[in-house]
Amino acid sequence: MTGWLDANFVTVLNGVSLGMVLFIVAVGFSLVFGMMGVLNLAHGALFLTGAYVGAEVLGAGTPSIGAFAVALALAAALGVGSGAVLAGMMRPLAARGHLDQALLTLGVALVVGEALTTAFGADVHSVGAPRGLDGSVSLLGHDYPVYRLAVIGVGVVLVFGVHATLVRTQLGAIVRASVADREMVRAAGIDVRLVHLGVFAFASVLACVGGLLAAPILGAEPGLDDQVLLLALVVVVVGGLGSVRGALAGALLIGQVQVLGVSLLPNYASYLLFGAMAFVLVLRPDGLVRTAAVTR
Amino acid sequence: MITLRRVAVVLVLAGLPLVLTSYQASTAGRLLAFAVLALSVDLLAGITGLPTLGQAAYFGVGAYAAALTGIHLSTNGPLQLVIAVAAGALSAAATGWVAVRTGGTVFLMLTLAIGELVQQVASRWSYVGGSNGLAGMPALQLGGHTVTLPGVIYWYLLVVFLVIYAVVRVLVSSPFGRTLRGIRDNEPRMRALGYRPAAAKYAAYAAAGGVAAAGGAMWVTEARFVSPSDLGFEVAALALLAVVIGGAGTLWGPCLGAAIVLLTRDYLPGITGGHGPLLLGALFVLTVYVLPRGLAGTVRRRAAVAS
Amino acid sequence: MIPALELRSVGHRYGALPALDSVSFSVATGARHALIGPNGAGKSTLFAAIAGTLRVRTGSILLHGRDVTARSEAARCRMGLVRTFQHSSVFLQQSVLDNVVLAAQRSSGLALRPLPSARRFAEVRDDAAEQLDAVGLCGRASARAADLSHGERRQLEVAMVLACKPDVVLFDEPTAGMSPAETESFSNLIRALPPQLTVLVIEHDLDVVFALSSSVTVLHLGKVLAAGAPAQVQADPAVQAAYLGTGEQEELFMAEDLT
Repeated sequence: MTGWLDANFVTVLNGVSLGMVLFIVAVGFSLVFGMMGVLNLAHGALFLTGAYVGAEVLGAGTPSIGAFAVALALAAALGVGSGAVLAGMMRPLAARGHLDQALLTLGVALVVGEALTTAFGADVHSVGAPRGLDGSVSLLGHDYPVYRLAVIGVGVVLVFGVHATLVRTQLGAIVRASVADREMVRAAGIDVRLVHLGVFAFASVLACVGGLLAAPILGAEPGLDDQVLLLALVVVVVGGLGSVRGALAGALLIGQVQVLGVSLLPNYASYLLFGAMAFVLVLRPDGLVRTAAVTR
Repeated sequence: MITLRRVAVVLVLAGLPLVLTSYQASTAGRLLAFAVLALSVDLLAGITGLPTLGQAAYFGVGAYAAALTGIHLSTNGPLQLVIAVAAGALSAAATGWVAVRTGGTVFLMLTLAIGELVQQVASRWSYVGGSNGLAGMPALQLGGHTVTLPGVIYWYLLVVFLVIYAVVRVLVSSPFGRTLRGIRDNEPRMRALGYRPAAAKYAAYAAAGGVAAAGGAMWVTEARFVSPSDLGFEVAALALLAVVIGGAGTLWGPCLGAAIVLLTRDYLPGITGGHGPLLLGALFVLTVYVLPRGLAGTVRRRAAVAS
Repeated sequence: MIPALELRSVGHRYGALPALDSVSFSVATGARHALIGPNGAGKSTLFAAIAGTLRVRTGSILLHGRDVTARSEAARCRMGLVRTFQHSSVFLQQSVLDNVVLAAQRSSGLALRPLPSARRFAEVRDDAAEQLDAVGLCGRASARAADLSHGERRQLEVAMVLACKPDVVLFDEPTAGMSPAETESFSNLIRALPPQLTVLVIEHDLDVVFALSSSVTVLHLGKVLAAGAPAQVQADPAVQAAYLGTGEQEELFMAEDLT
């Protein structure tokens, strides 16, 4: 066991860092879906936007921490802006149901994806890790990139932050209640629209910033939006809707399956993902949604 | 049922090769194939109430199955079609059991994942050519004669299209079709009436897989080439868009929608200077806001209750 | 005689909240049994338990002597237990006739039949038309279900239920929201049901209960408070206290509706 771990140490850690990236992307996606019933198919496009911010502002060399801060702020601003715009676009459809909203986000995803390809071309853009985080550190006899460890660190901070907010604040209580029973929260007289907007904006920021943070690892290229969207979907299926713990567990699992799968069994990686999804659904035959209010 | 309108439509469709160029006839053939895909999406989304982004996967299965049959087994068109339909129904049965326990946006999400995963399988499997796709499919043979004229191929595809359309129409008018529409309209009530929605949905899913695969066989008969991009997310989104634009549940609307969508993607960029996906995305957004029931649905808005 | 429906020590909790506590009663075949109780007594929970939309944690439910506690709602329906919905749940976009056809085709075994068969389907259609006639809706057969009045929708529900060829029918507050005239015609409808059919009704309208039922069970705070013939239950002081507290007990069974 330890021999295998030693040989695959780097791969396993890569799985963890990918898992953390997926968590950052998926937790917002899951909360929006669980809380509002909205399947935001433009989530991947937001991620890719953040990745291209990285490509544009940071470039392929070793950017300064200052540049990185600028990129971060830009990605966050874009995330908030896009989230607000998307939420606004969906408002007129609120009465029409979730499918129409999902279709709208699909249309937006197509438009944004094509716009990004037009602006940046079809090549892969590499992004360099910022100075100070660009070296390697020795872990258990292996050299490992500091940047990826930093990403893992960010993920951990996010886990605690989101968890604390959900459990300790009134806002968090509203979010958890909405996931459990959306109709009840509304019936209780709480104005959920602001909370919805806030959660949606938060999810968009996470997606965009996530794309930026992942850029030194995953780069920026057309098609990345679809790949990330798919992985986020699988994470949410496996981890359950609206659950932060589920998103974390799912993300780490899928990150690991994806990385190990590609490295050990490249031809079967897709089957593994599908198998993971099917396995979870077999264990939970009632599906992922625990309340009747969300599925329509 | 033979009505004047239907006869007229069939005659117009049959007369097309006489007025179109070779290239246009080929395109018309592909439109028919894509219309069959849209039909399969309508069977799930419009009739059963299960909007799906995964039918392109079975379209691809059918295309690959027909191509493989053509390359290794037989160039007989109808045989390829039958094998493709069987492959599509079986693969839908193998993957759909996971999804039919759910509904609504969760189902949409699952079918999206299934579709994407099938595409990844296609692009990594060297036997079917991997990401380069599968080329070298020989020309269509009907009754021992090799067919290469685009117009004749189109007529063959038209016959196939009409047969499949008729089959789906019959299915939708049957008691099973009523069951599906009942599930669409009020699933809890169906359970209270003693129905098992999961079983009916599963049957519909397998049937839709077969229909989509037929579309794939038609496509590859025309194009003689299939690659993973023919069964990806974009194709699935196009098919769903065709249904939404055409009018979910009407069967003929999605076929019309298929033509509109494909022409928008492939012809409009020639006029506007590129950006097919962008135009499609804009079309999607526009349709959702302006035409919630699609063209056929809007036309039919005041019609009597469908029986 | 095996009772048509029997509950043995049925219990259910919502988290820490006990909704049903050791509820036991039985309903004889052909009985018209009413389930009453003040608000919060657990009637809805019990109804859901019997119908199968809720799986109870303790106790058992028997249909004609067969244990159905673990069976799904659809399975129970196929075994002859059919329910109506408190908030009429019909197929709004379809015609009245089509609504009943959907109910009738399942019990004729046509649910998954992919080929239209003119003859068998005509039989189903005739059957559906008969049910509509029996409930007095034959003139509205081609109307859209969404266009029906509240009372008419209730009638449609009954037609759908009868088209399922049930042995036991559960009515969930059928007269809620009905005018006195509608209530009267609905009561006549219930009276006209075949005598071999077993009927269980949850009702708030005590006039209807005492006019139609042959036996009554009173539920209070999740427990069975009293059971027996209507007159017996009416006179029971514990029942009166449960409904009104210890106040004006003589007012309880006057002509006005209690809700």
